Amino acid sequence: MASFVHRIEVHYTKDPRLKTRTDRIRSLGFPIDELHLTDVYMVATSARDFTRDELVQVAQQLVNPVVQEFTVDEATLPLFDYAIEVGFLPGVTDNVGTTARQTIEDFLAMKFAEGEAVYSSQLYFVRGRLAPEALRALAGTLANPLVNRVRTKTREEYGHTGMDRIVPHVELHELPTAGPVDLGIDDAELMKLGKEGILDPQTGERRGPLALDLAQLHAIRDYFLKLGRKPTDVELESLAQTWSEHCKHTIFASAMDDDVPKGLYKTYIQAATNEIREAAGDRDICVSVFSDNSGAIIFDDQFLVTHKVETHNSPSALDPFGGALTGIVGVNRDTIGFGLGAKPCINIYGFCVGDPDAAAPLFRGKDMSNPVLPPRQILDGVVRGVGVGGNCSGIPTPQGFCYFDPRYAGKPLVFAGTVGVIPWESGGRKLSEKAAQAGDLIVMVGGRVGKDGIHGATFSSEALDPKSPVTAVQIGDPITQKKFSDVIVKEARDAGLYRSITDNGAGGLSCSVAEMAKECNGCHVQLDCVPLKYHGMAPWEVWISESQERMTLAVQPENLAAFMALMERREVEATVIGTFTDTGRCVVECGGAVVMDLELAFLHDGLPKKQLKTIFLKKANPEPDTPCPERLDDTLLAMMKRKNICSKEYITIQYDHTVQGGHVLGPVQGKGRVQSVATLTKIVPGSKKAVGLSQALFPSYSEIDPYNMAGAGIDTALRGLVAMGVPLDTVAILDNFCWCSSDEPERLGQLKLAAKGCYDFSKTFGTPFISGKDSMFNDFSGFDAEGEKVKVSVPPTLLISSIGVHPDAGKAVSMDAKIAGDLVYVIGGTKEELGGSEYFALLGSTGNTVPVLDAAAAKERYVRLANAIAHELVASAFPVNHGGLAVALAKVAVAGRLGMDLTVPVPDSIRPDYFLFSESLSRFVVTVAPDHKRAFEQALGPDAVLLGRTGGSRFRLTAQTLLLDVAVRDLETAYKASFGRF
Amino acid sequence: MPTAPAAPERIPEKALIMSGYGINSEMETHVALTRAGMDADIVHINDLIAGDRSMADYRLLVFPGGFSYGDDTGAGNAYANRVRNNLWDELQEFMDGDNLVLGICNGFQILANLGLVPAFDRTYAREIALMPNRGGRLECRFVTLKPANENLWTRGIKRIYCPVSHGEGNLSCSKETLQKIRQKKMVAFTYCREDMNPADGEYPYNPNGSVEDIAGLTSANGRVLGMMPHPERAMEFTNLYDWPLMKEQARREGRALPAESLNMQLFRNIVAYFS
Repeated sequence: MASFVHRIEVHYTKDPRLKTRTDRIRSLGFPIDELHLTDVYMVATSARDFTRDELVQVAQQLVNPVVQEFTVDEATLPLFDYAIEVGFLPGVTDNVGTTARQTIEDFLAMKFAEGEAVYSSQLYFVRGRLAPEALRALAGTLANPLVNRVRTKTREEYGHTGMDRIVPHVELHELPTAGPVDLGIDDAELMKLGKEGILDPQTGERRGPLALDLAQLHAIRDYFLKLGRKPTDVELESLAQTWSEHCKHTIFASAMDDDVPKGLYKTYIQAATNEIREAAGDRDICVSVFSDNSGAIIFDDQFLVTHKVETHNSPSALDPFGGALTGIVGVNRDTIGFGLGAKPCINIYGFCVGDPDAAAPLFRGKDMSNPVLPPRQILDGVVRGVGVGGNCSGIPTPQGFCYFDPRYAGKPLVFAGTVGVIPWESGGRKLSEKAAQAGDLIVMVGGRVGKDGIHGATFSSEALDPKSPVTAVQIGDPITQKKFSDVIVKEARDAGLYRSITDNGAGGLSCSVAEMAKECNGCHVQLDCVPLKYHGMAPWEVWISESQERMTLAVQPENLAAFMALMERREVEATVIGTFTDTGRCVVECGGAVVMDLELAFLHDGLPKKQLKTIFLKKANPEPDTPCPERLDDTLLAMMKRKNICSKEYITIQYDHTVQGGHVLGPVQGKGRVQSVATLTKIVPGSKKAVGLSQALFPSYSEIDPYNMAGAGIDTALRGLVAMGVPLDTVAILDNFCWCSSDEPERLGQLKLAAKGCYDFSKTFGTPFISGKDSMFNDFSGFDAEGEKVKVSVPPTLLISSIGVHPDAGKAVSMDAKIAGDLVYVIGGTKEELGGSEYFALLGSTGNTVPVLDAAAAKERYVRLANAIAHELVASAFPVNHGGLAVALAKVAVAGRLGMDLTVPVPDSIRPDYFLFSESLSRFVVTVAPDHKRAFEQALGPDAVLLGRTGGSRFRLTAQTLLLDVAVRDLETAYKASFGRF
Repeated sequence: MPTAPAAPERIPEKALIMSGYGINSEMETHVALTRAGMDADIVHINDLIAGDRSMADYRLLVFPGGFSYGDDTGAGNAYANRVRNNLWDELQEFMDGDNLVLGICNGFQILANLGLVPAFDRTYAREIALMPNRGGRLECRFVTLKPANENLWTRGIKRIYCPVSHGEGNLSCSKETLQKIRQKKMVAFTYCREDMNPADGEYPYNPNGSVEDIAGLTSANGRVLGMMPHPERAMEFTNLYDWPLMKEQARREGRALPAESLNMQLFRNIVAYFS
């Protein structure tokens, strides 16, 4: 415990953010006059105190005297009514505090001792009178009780002494050792053990979910019966991590019904890729699929490009900022951990959240206790988290989406992906391959281990309920990661200093070390060597902790000295924690005792097989009964404002999408700044080639027709790339299944159909899956405001991400209409397919007919369009997506700030509104220069239908009669209205 | 990494590009300089501190963009402290020579905290601050810049069109400092509208609220330039936000497309200074 505590407070003499900050809080419904902010640093030492002079000098290091003032051990005294201080809870990552500590150490040429630290906090001064509940609610929007400590004082309580000097030091009292766990208990007790965790002998409380089911616990019990001993808690926790749904994907791996004995993954996903690769022969683009931390395809004859998309749903529900931040920096490590280390070069994101403007409150506990964060706060947090992660890491984040549905209010989905680049070879070594060898040292690199994220892997395999563990929350430290990312990928890799590498994600060391141990068939770990954030952690906690920013490497003994010296020069902590062996066992020692000794074969393959049963029931939904309006001007404006259609540019511009200098086609395009659905980025300086990325999802189709939902996702993700001119034969795709209630046969029935759709459609397109991830229990169980039990499940969500290589970025095409007089075409036919559409949602219905994909016809069309673009016949191209043809045309017009006068070919059999807003697949809106008319029509054939021309300032659509005539400026205003104040 | 297409001629003077602790634009800065004809080494600050490398071997010192120390304790502040606490003498010697210093974005923030701009004299007092953007968050978008004074950096430049991407680029200083900056013609670039009229503080043309639309500033002796926008991120024509439109217009009007972007002139001016 620190004996000397000093408080430095820093504020701007004239804060430039004051107005924005105040406005933002007022827009959330708090009638305050002003919200001032002061940064606080608590310097806590025990070995030596600082003199006042030293503290003043230290403060000078932490401020800019041109615009800031500070106080040392004195309260800041502005005019205010309430003071709210928000700091971190003990043990939560405090990056600002760490930087301040390093600055002080560097300045005074000293080192802080164990237990000494600088703690940062933010002190808000509120001007304006608030009712007590409003004040509490305001504090609630400034802080998250799971990571923050909050102290509020009135002006009177604050007095002249100000806030208290609280040091959030971690105090752990238990005497941590490993202990045996008795599995000789009845099935009810075993199930309780699986669901709630091991009973801690010291605290008398359960340690949190193992997420092991009865069959798995029986298998473990039988294994140890044969050994004639009880498992230790370390062994049981380790098995729970390795066998978790999160790590083993048991639902995708298990036999299903009679017709899928090998499971969904092998039958539909892997089989599609294998068959596509075989058919492609020497035109196969895949280099590494499914086996490594990311998938990799060919970029050119020097480089590979990798891609991986992860989800971080459960942590983001609890702490949106920290969850999303660790999501993005976590998937960066899947890139650094690909092969011998790829360089992260593009981040992508996706958020599925409830409606931020309409929150029905939910509670984890009865009687309105333990509230779920409202969608607005979740959205704000996840937006900020991905931004901080990518921005601080110097990785551009051009590509992403935001999708809203009330069913994401219980649990949001947060997708985070990273593209990497890696040379085929360096120094004669193939960089996509790696293998630890017996005798190599196990080296942990990066951050230290704390209690963060314990039970993350088992927890994300469970639905969120009142017992969800608080330690699942982690906050990332992107700069620590940036430091080791740079030294590994830019220095150590090409110096050949290590033989294998993987990241520490779910399950921490227990998963990363055991996974690498497969490469050489064994490992021997000394847990005592693992550097800790604080003392008092039990061996099982050290072994499975998910503390962020760590990699595990296999370093040859002869390279160890050079490796460690390099890490030290870059101020990256690296520690030898054991040795890789070939004993076939995973052995862990702690405090001189063996706390784990398991056969690798049992650890990895002892998991009992499951047989899953599914059913599929087609429900009939009511069709809308509103008649078609005579004119559709207002309808189109209403569609443009819909949250799944309108501009979310406020997110885009917070994300650095230009770093690394590869920007070609960005997230917003054209004079009118409309959001694209695909982006193009150069990843190798000097090369003509560029990487195209797109994403698609149609959760609103899932409950109606999961098979065609998968078709819509694949088709749309591919179409985004084709519209920029990326040829289909360079494209690979990734799947992220985020399902709900995957223990129910009905949900599994939907899953099976979606997986079958993935197989059928990817095969027809010839685009292989190279990586995927699933998250099967995105459900919330709790209570509503009346105390009634509710379950909120996400709609079954399949995100398809696509990646392709553009052969010549200079020939790529953007989405905006460019020049007055250009010809406007629609490519591909429109059917009455509005089930689950945005238009039916506007009408308050679901409907029954989702778009059906003709992948063979689509493929031919995509080849033709990519060809036309390669011959520079196309001025702009944009895929028809959510909202249908009229929305796509309007977006192209707004992007170009150019009017259009078009005649749309509405057949008699379809209502004009249905024609305009049907979401039929495989369609593009394209503009073409008049002098390219013949060549373009020849290239596309009868698929391309000329609708009219661009020009003027109005957007006019005519069928038999005039359907709408709107100013492009009004369309732009509507398109940008919904998130204008975010 | 592969190098940029070989420039026709290389000058013997070399550039030192700083890295480490979250600096992240060293690669594209390196590419920009080599394209312009100047060789450059990317050097980790700890290798300078350890004495493995020396500033004296270089003529241009670059602090590139990035998020050093995650912008904690104020953007650029912690990295500037590391420089001041460990490399100050070496840096002063470098500054006394006929050498150039360039800071872009985070690099500008570091220069401001080190007092290398405006550097009215050799005391290198901190005179300007790059405060948080008025909007309170990071802004990533293309901006148009106009050279405000002719100097070695801006020579021949009519316009710069490149991204900003920062959370703290809102330049602020005292009235007296501003007066001196104006008097000594130290403003290098200002934010302006697409038609080259002044932004007059209006968002988004002036993306951060900088006083007098200042986007870039030189030192009093002119040898140091700090700027918030990133010309090195838009070296190629296809890096520009509006290139697809420019390309169509050029084709219809029968004009040829530029091989590189207008922003490269800044780096060519550096090379010209040493040639």
